[in-house]
Amino acid sequence: MSQFLPPGFFTATVPLNAYLILSAILFAIGACGFLFRKNIITIYMCIELMLNAVNLSFVTFSYQFGKVDGQIYSFFVMVVAAAEAAVGLAIILTIFRNLGTLQIDEIDSLKN
Amino acid sequence: MDVLLFTFFALVAIVGAVSLVVQKHPISSALSLVSVMVALSVLFLLLGAEFIAAAQLVVYSGAIMVLFVFVIMLLNAGAERESRKAGLAQFLGLPLTAALLVFASYVITQSMSNAKAVKFGAFTGGGPREVGWTLFTQYLLPFEVTSILILVAIAGAVVLARKEID
Repeated sequence: MSQFLPPGFFTATVPLNAYLILSAILFAIGACGFLFRKNIITIYMCIELMLNAVNLSFVTFSYQFGKVDGQIYSFFVMVVAAAEAAVGLAIILTIFRNLGTLQIDEIDSLKN
Repeated sequence: MDVLLFTFFALVAIVGAVSLVVQKHPISSALSLVSVMVALSVLFLLLGAEFIAAAQLVVYSGAIMVLFVFVIMLLNAGAERESRKAGLAQFLGLPLTAALLVFASYVITQSMSNAKAVKFGAFTGGGPREVGWTLFTQYLLPFEVTSILILVAIAGAVVLARKEID
């Protein structure tokens, strides 16, 4: 099997910057969705995507410095995201029950 | 093998993220987000963060996404309607996020010149034992504060979900 693969296939390493740039790409896509989407639930999911991208950065830096601290931070980010999801989805439920819409540009009762 | 795994799961993550933004129906977006999270958990594993990878699968793609799908189905949320009131974001959003991405990549490549190469198995300090040890000694106070935060979140969710706003 191994003679069909290029030399060094099993020993090649990935540069650390690739992980960081992947994290930046995911964050930018999440920010894009946050700006463009109009469904309040989808906007919420874009925020979760951005939190995940930041988690990837934390874990990557944890690898770079050989310490576990970055992973602890990403653990705390996860906990806060879980709490945020519970409260935010309760807010979405209340908004839908009172206003009957999930379109974020129709929820403008503070304007009038 | 590292390169192959990273490339595959990074592509899965990016395609899933784009699909999350592009899909019109919230359920499709939620399933795309699940695929992103599973791909990210594999990347965490490649970086040696075993405990965080497991927690990512259980907490994120398990609990949080089930909560999302549950709310989407409860509200019977349909496909999103097009709206003309897009405002400034429609014109400035894409260039600004592209600028953010280019700037972030530039800073990363400039400042991380002494970055290590990532090899699976090179960093073994991310198991439950090491994470637990650090969490309950050095980070004990933040951990306890987190429990208060979760208590407040539970109370807030219950109050918000049952009361009517006048």
